[in-house]
Amino acid sequence: MAKSLKAQGHKLAKIEEQIKVLNGGDFESGDLPTFGQKIAEIGHAPLKPSKLEVFQINLGYMCNQTCAHCHVDAGPDRKEIMTRETMQQCVDVIAQHDFPTVDLTGGAPEMNPDFRWFVEQLTAAGAKEIIVRCNLTIILANKKYHDLPEFFKKHKIRVVSSLPYYEASKTDRQRGDGVFGKSIQALQMLNEIGYGKEGTGLILDLVYNPAGAFLPGNQASLEQDFKKSLMANFEIVFNNLLAITNLPISRFLDYLIRSENYQEYMEKLVDAYNPGAVENVMCRNTISIDWEGYMYDCDFNQMLLLKTDEKVGQHISEFDLDKINSRTIKIGQHCYGCTAGAGSSCQGVVA
Amino acid sequence: MSKTYYDPDDLKKFGDIADFEPKLADKFFDYYGEVFKEGALTEREKSLIALAVSHAVQCPYCIDAYTQDTLSKGCSEAQMMEAVHVAAAIKGGAALVHGVQMMNKAKKLSM
Ligand code: SF4
Ligand code: SF4
Repeated sequence: MAKSLKAQGHKLAKIEEQIKVLNGGDFESGDLPTFGQKIAEIGHAPLKPSKLEVFQINLGYMCNQTCAHCHVDAGPDRKEIMTRETMQQCVDVIAQHDFPTVDLTGGAPEMNPDFRWFVEQLTAAGAKEIIVRCNLTIILANKKYHDLPEFFKKHKIRVVSSLPYYEASKTDRQRGDGVFGKSIQALQMLNEIGYGKEGTGLILDLVYNPAGAFLPGNQASLEQDFKKSLMANFEIVFNNLLAITNLPISRFLDYLIRSENYQEYMEKLVDAYNPGAVENVMCRNTISIDWEGYMYDCDFNQMLLLKTDEKVGQHISEFDLDKINSRTIKIGQHCYGCTAGAGSSCQGVVA
Repeated sequence: MSKTYYDPDDLKKFGDIADFEPKLADKFFDYYGEVFKEGALTEREKSLIALAVSHAVQCPYCIDAYTQDTLSKGCSEAQMMEAVHVAAAIKGGAALVHGVQMMNKAKKLSM
């Protein structure tokens, strides 16, 4: 199994190095406009939230996979996971507010030993929609995870799962050998108990992100292709396909640099900048919490260690909704990934 | 002046052809955009056709652009290569079918 950048002692495991790359090159020379300049043109600087709707919690960077494009640099060798105490702090905040969505991510969130306890607490605290970003293979990784589909069903969890392609070759090159086959098996298990099927209310969404240095095409057309192919070959059904652009962070950034695609990829993102997508970038309605309880504008800023503006508090223990809703969002050149083409967020396209 | 006829960076400058003559360029790019919109054919099908034609006309800019475009549109590598074979088959066929012309002429000239 491949190692995380952190375990390799890779240069890019130092976040300052990533920021240096992102601010250097054509942005430094002025050949490309900065994201800040672009959003100032349409009156969105400084970038402000609309209203907090998605409370996203990263339960840790531990994962059973080591996908080549992972912006989290997750893997089996990552030991950072959220403790029960921090989970409790999140539950308390959620109980006091009325967020439409609680979004659990990782790593593989299910690997956190307190995952099930946490979901139960969230349900008891009145969380409305709970999303689990499930990588599918975790369901088959160990006997103790085989009943996850049942657990998801019991708590009416919306399952959002990555499948970069409906054929094995591209999927396995991005996510690891054999991942496609196991993902298909897991999807069939989810279908079997009603996930993705009409009338069950059990939502199963798939995430498509390009297996390489190119941008995702039209989300609706891709969804049709996925539905047709997965049905014809494996009798699998699902609800929505969310097309997500890869952001130049962590292992995807490393891939871009190694494959000599970095400069062109950034040009492509800037070229595809869509001012109409700025209105709905996810940081405007999201807060992202890391395993230690620190707060960020989004999961990408979390990986770049760009904590929320210190004036509004940076830790869940200081959570204040009014302050959060009036904060200034920290931006960088990676943000171009959210505004390219039809835009991109954890919920797919935004424009 | 660069020392080669083709420079990948020139692809990005395609739009600059309007600098010398804007009116025709505008008409061309409008038309181009319209052609590739979903119609009786899907955008994906059109992109695969464009990839095949790019190989037939052997335009490196087009091959670059439509390799990216077909990937973005979710085409598989096998589909992309089959499209290139369609171009190759037509090109090969186009050469070979002229063999009939050669035969006609040869027969006419021979005793
Ligand atoms: S992309 Fe998801 S499944 Fe893959 S290594 Fe990262 S967290 Fe794990
Ligand atoms: S990367 Fe994060 S902060 Fe930047 S635009 Fe996207 S969601 Fe907002």
